Formats: sequence, structure tokens, C-alpha cells
Amino acid sequence: MADATMTNPSAASTPPAGEMNYLTCARGWKSWFLTLDHKRIGIMYLIATMSSFGLAGLFALLVRTELLTPKDTIVDADMYNQFFTLHGAIMVFLFIIPSIPAALGNFVLPIMLGAKDVAFPKLNLFSFYLWMFGGIFAVVTLATGGLDTGWTFYTPYSIETQTAVIAMTTGAFILGFSSIFTGLNFIVTIHKLRPPGMTWFKMPLFLWAIYATAILQVIATPVLGITLLLLIAERALGVGIFAASMGGDPVMFQHFFWFYSHPAVYIMILPALGIVSELIACYSHKPIFGYRFIAWSSIAIALFSFIVWGHHMFTSGQSELVNMVFSALTFSVSIPSAIKVFNWLATMYKGAITLQTPMLYGLGFIFLFTIGGLTGLPLAMLSVDVHLHDTYFVVAHFHYVMMGSTVIAMVGGMHHWWPKMFGKMYNETAARIAFVLVFIGFNVTFFTQFIIGSQGMPRRYYDYEPQFQLGHQISTMGSYVMGLGFLLMLGYLLHSLVRGKKAPANPWGGSTLEWVASSPPSHHNFDEAPQVDDPYDFTGIDYKPDTDEYVFNRPRAAKA
Amino acid sequence: MAHDHAHDHPPHLAHHFDTPQQQFESGKLGMWLFLATEILLFGGLFCAYAVYRYMYPEVFDYAHQYLDKVMGGINTVVLICSSFTMAWAVRCAQTENRKGLILGLALTLLGGAGFMGIKYVEYAHKIHDGLLPGTYYDPGGHDPESLKSAREAKLKAAAAAVATEAAAPQKTADGKPIEQSTIAAAPRGPKGLRKGDGIHTETPEKADEHAAAGHVQPHGERPEGVWWFFGIYFLMTGLHGFHVLAGMGVIGWLLYRSIKGHFNKDYFAPVDLGGLYWHLVDLIWIYLFPLLYLIG
Repeated sequence: MADATMTNPSAASTPPAGEMNYLTCARGWKSWFLTLDHKRIGIMYLIATMSSFGLAGLFALLVRTELLTPKDTIVDADMYNQFFTLHGAIMVFLFIIPSIPAALGNFVLPIMLGAKDVAFPKLNLFSFYLWMFGGIFAVVTLATGGLDTGWTFYTPYSIETQTAVIAMTTGAFILGFSSIFTGLNFIVTIHKLRPPGMTWFKMPLFLWAIYATAILQVIATPVLGITLLLLIAERALGVGIFAASMGGDPVMFQHFFWFYSHPAVYIMILPALGIVSELIACYSHKPIFGYRFIAWSSIAIALFSFIVWGHHMFTSGQSELVNMVFSALTFSVSIPSAIKVFNWLATMYKGAITLQTPMLYGLGFIFLFTIGGLTGLPLAMLSVDVHLHDTYFVVAHFHYVMMGSTVIAMVGGMHHWWPKMFGKMYNETAARIAFVLVFIGFNVTFFTQFIIGSQGMPRRYYDYEPQFQLGHQISTMGSYVMGLGFLLMLGYLLHSLVRGKKAPANPWGGSTLEWVASSPPSHHNFDEAPQVDDPYDFTGIDYKPDTDEYVFNRPRAAKA
Repeated sequence: MAHDHAHDHPPHLAHHFDTPQQQFESGKLGMWLFLATEILLFGGLFCAYAVYRYMYPEVFDYAHQYLDKVMGGINTVVLICSSFTMAWAVRCAQTENRKGLILGLALTLLGGAGFMGIKYVEYAHKIHDGLLPGTYYDPGGHDPESLKSAREAKLKAAAAAVATEAAAPQKTADGKPIEQSTIAAAPRGPKGLRKGDGIHTETPEKADEHAAAGHVQPHGERPEGVWWFFGIYFLMTGLHGFHVLAGMGVIGWLLYRSIKGHFNKDYFAPVDLGGLYWHLVDLIWIYLFPLLYLIG
């Protein structure tokens, strides 16, 4: 069998029925909760982050419902403040930051690399439990003590409010360390565990994106850690560093906070950009256009993200010079972002595009990311930002980037790797319907907010002028449609686990290493060491209509 | 990954590594990255230090006199020595000198404990003198009884004065009442919010008593906002002390494993990595000492 797999890896990737894979190789709760297998840890992250997404999404719907009418609709103003804080804090800290790197990245990264595991499996499990502990801590705090500062904890309000700031910042501090350890693990894995033949420029672009993200996680998050510690000291000891009443500087908190949180925005978007590179190449069945440009643009975005934090503070009393410098630097981020978009479009040009669900999400991403990115430019412009600052225009902008881009890419990636993770196919028709609901619902919800924002509707407000009511109601209806789409998705994905058709090793015609492994992969990922080729070489990957799968029929290079 | 299932793994080689070399290098890179995050964590505090020293140079100049240079200096020497014994322990681990390894780790642990002991004495002194961060800053708070009565007396006197003025407004020679505001003068800047404001002036006799009891007598006028310095002092040394404790935990664990004989010339990575961490903790103190103790 060893020789056969050498020449034709697909033989190894369709194991005889009943052969062990990572899901069946061990049973019992201990085999999950004490596992050191990156795939199982990834699945646990997936379940936990998607549950957080559901919870925070519920709060989003409550916020939208409250905004159906001015003043009281379902709750009072204090409760409303807590709703949007819960929505934002859970989405940011418990869903968007960990979802792609920790859930999908954990599962896919070592397999794409051709490694057996991440560099530090115990640390990987430890960061999962840190995440769980921090997450439960944060959610319990929010649910019992309440928090009404928004997810940014701006001083001086966060020093004065009577809600549970210390407990929540402790939770965020713990979550931050979980994120640091995940990033550290991935950097070492990519540096040291690449098998022979897997050079930097033979890595799939998702790995470049994860690598850039990991750099941000390791470098930016400690600064958030110390900021939150200082805020705790501020409340507990009254050290006065951020308290204007004692001669301190509240704007310094904003500097510290955004020094982390602006890179954190790229921790959210970079892995999404990586997923889309995979999706576009795979479903165009054509080598990616401008591989090196896409790879380097990920690194460039990571570096630029450290020097633009001041654009969150244009109206906070920075000097004009600082504002101008940050404004100019902010524009520079659009260059690497645009490089990626143009390269994706060039990849699709004359490709053999198949419109399976993951590709729909990939295309949806390009559309929404472009809107989200372009609306960032007026916000980076000083004269315009003074008017748009703290309006729904900003809300719509960052939802187009965070939700319209990151969540859409994350969901696309989840559909792309679902057969690999669980060995089951979901119902394609239901999945396409869900995509349409989410895509339309999203645009109705948030495009409307660009309009009411540019007309002056301030963000975070509980009450509003009657002229904005129509816009708010359209937006709320859109959010319900989107919620319906996600409910449908939950339904058919769960259904696929029980009733789904068995997935072949390569259902989509992917060319990267994870499609060489069986579906689901074995405990050690590969039964035989895979050969490393160009990750986007689609020649000799042939469709077999009778089994509805793709097989590798190309002469493989000699084993490195 | 030219991996052959048949080849036998050395006992300490994890299943997902091909060679001990790869495992060792991964551990090293991981530790260096972790140290980078530690530096960034402290970086926030160094940044706060720089900003506030720039904004309030006179506070730092005045308040640092309260820190004990001798104790700080001894602590610096203690930590540097413990870094030496740690480096020695790593060398012993590489050469399979088990006795030297155990002795080196034990001495390092002792150094850490000595550092924390001296730190405890310094902290106890500061707390006793009320040299505390922010709203807890209350110098002279070591004599609570007299202070309390002084504060009460002062309040009583003020209340009585207000009452007298209200009852019998003072008049000028031609009989018109002098217009006097009953609103107290606004405290300048942050001063008004300080706990125990206005009651910390010591009589000369008390000051002499203090000096006799070994308390610091700083030169110069007390500037506004001395609590800045002590806030930053306690945050920086506190976070550092926490790291020393964590390092002592790591070294204790290494000591336990050394006594059990877990390390040999092919497997000493934990000692090496623990050593890196300890040197970083030492290095941070080497910056903290001059920044806090040796101002001016």
C-alpha cells in the first residue's frame, strides 16, 4: 500500500469503511476534554465560538428590536446599554477574535502545512481552557453585574460607573492571554514544523494570513493586558493615571487601548482574507493570481495596523499634526487591501468557476469587503470624519468589515472545510438559500445605517428623532432576515452530522494538502508523509462524476 | 516530513517532532516570543512612566527620596547574583553535573526569596508611612490617633467660623457688611481631591522625632501629586514582584525535576528556557532600579 500512495495519494485518502479517523480513534469525554489533538481542540473552539456568536447575535436582535421605535420599545435605557455592551463585548472577545485562528486555524493549519500537530499541543489545550475560563467569567459578569461601558471601556466613565468593570476587564485580560498563546503556537509551528519541501512560498495563502495574524496577537495583545491592569488599578487603588480629576490623562487610555485594538481589528480581518484566497482559487479551479503579492500584503497589513491607531481619536483632542499623520497613514492600509481584491478578481478571470456555497460566500465577501473598505476612506479623512464620527455611518462601516467580511469569510471557510472536519456533506440547496437570506438581510440591515448615519443618527443612542424611524425599521427587518438565514444554517449543518452524505477526501477539487488527507483525517493527519507541491497547481485534479469527487491524477514529484 | 514510523523516538521527543533538535529549537523560539510579550506588557508601564515623568518632573524628583537606595541596591546585587547561579545551573545541566545543577537552582531560588524578603521590608515601610498610590496616599498616616483628632478639630473650627460669620457678619467702619463668600476657595487642580488634604504638615518637633525613628526627611517643598510616583512605583515593582514569584515557581519545579534526575545532556531544554525567563525578570529590575531609585 505504501508504494501505491506514493504515486496516487487519493488511494490513501479513501480509507476502507470503518478505518479509524480522529473522531473515532478514542471515545469518552476525557478523550475530548484532555485531548492534545489540534483537530479536536479546533472542533471544541468551533462549538464554543459559534455558541458565543449565537448568544451575541441574540443580543444584536434585541438591540435592533428596541430600536424599532423611539424611546421604550421592549426595555428601558439602562437595559439597552447593557444589551449593546453584551453584543459588542461577546462578539469581539469571544467570537470574532478567536473564531478563525483558533477554530478553523487550529484544525487546518497543521494539515495544510503537512505537520502532525502544532508545536506545543499542551499549550494549545491550555489556551483553550484559558479561553473557556475567561469567556465564562466575562459572560457571568455581564449577565449578573452588568456592564454599560461598551466594549472599549473608555475612561473616565469606566472609572466612575457602578457596573462590574473590574470583573469584565479581568475576563478580557485572561482571554487576551489565550489569544497570545494561540498566536505564539502558530508562529513556532510555521517556523519550525514545516516539512522538507514546504518552503515559505509554497505555503497556502491561508497560512500566510494566519502567520500575520499571529504576529499581531503576540505583539499587540500584551499592551491590552497592561491597559486593562492599569484600569483595574485605577478603580481599585485610584492611581489616577487615566483620571482627569487627579491630573491624569483619559486620552492616554484611548492611546493604549487602540494601540492594541486597532491591530485587533486586523486580527479579525486578516485570517478572513486568507480564507477568501483559498476559496477563490479553489472554486475558480485556477492558480491564484499574484501569490507573492497576496502573501506580502498580509504582512504589510499587519505592519501598517500598528501605526494607524490614532484614527480612532480624531475627535478626542489630539494635535492637528498627529491627526494629519494618522489620517495619511490610514489611507496607506487601503493599498495592500486593494492588492488582494484585484488579485482575487484576476484569479477568477477565465477560471472554471463553480458556484458551490463556499464560493458564494467568497464572492459575497469581495462585494461586502469592498464596500466596507471604501467607506473607511471618508472616515479616515479628517474633515469628513468630524461629521461622521460616532454616527451610524461608523457602525455600518465596521459591520461591513467585521460581519460582512470576517463573519461571511468564516462561515464560507466553515462550509469549505465542513466535509473535512466531520466527513459529511451538508444539503447544498439549503445552504444556498441560507446564503441568500444572510447576504440580503445583511445589506438591508447595514446599508440603511450608512444612510441614517450620514443624516446624523448618532450611534449607541437609545432614543432618536422621528425622521430616523423608517431607516431603523428597515434595518431591524433586515436583521430578522439575517437571523432566519443563520437559523437555517444551524439546522442543515446539524442535520448533515446525522443524515449527511459521506464526504469524499476532495469534494471541491482543492489542491492544498488538507485535500490529500482523508475526510475526516486520521489521528496523525496523514498516513504517509504527503508530497509538497505548488499549493495552487490544479493540473491533474480530475472530477469523477460517478462518486462526485475529485482525484489527484498527476505524476507526483519525487519525494523530497 | 520524511518521517518513518519505525525509527525509535528518544523518550523526551514528543510524537509530532522529527528530531530532538527540532523540538529544542521550537521551545527556544516559543520562549523568546513569550519574553517579547512580557517586555510589551511592561512596555505599557514604562510608557506611562515616561509620560508622567515628563509631565510632572518635580514629583519624581521629590518623591524618589522616599525610596531606600541601599535596599534597592542590595536587591539589584541579589538578582544579578541569582542570574549568575541560574546560568551556572544551565551549564551544569548541559554537562550532566547533577550536583551543580541542584545547587545552582537552589541558590537561584534563595536569591529570589531574598529579593522578595527585602521587597517585603520596603513595602511594609511604605505602607506604614502611608506612601501609597492615588487616593490612598496619606503621608504621616502612621499616627492615626492624632491625625484623626487633628482632622476633626480642623473641621470643627471651620464649622464654628462659618457659624460665627453667619450670625454676626463683620462690618466695615461705615457699617456695611464685608462681602465674604462662604464657598471655600477652589483647591488648585488635583489637590482638592487628595485624601487627608491639608493635614499632613508636621511640626518641627514631630519631624525630628521622625528622623530619629529612621524615617526619610526629603529635601525641598512637597509638590502637587506625589501619589503619581507611588502609583507608578507600586504598579511597576508589584508587577515585577509577581513575575519574580512566578519565576520562583518555575525554578522550584525545575529543582524538583533535577532532584528526580529528569535532565541529561540530551534533554535540558526546560532548564534552559526557565533560565531565559529568569534572566528577563532580572533584566527588567535592572531598568526599574535606576528609573525609580536613582532619579536626580
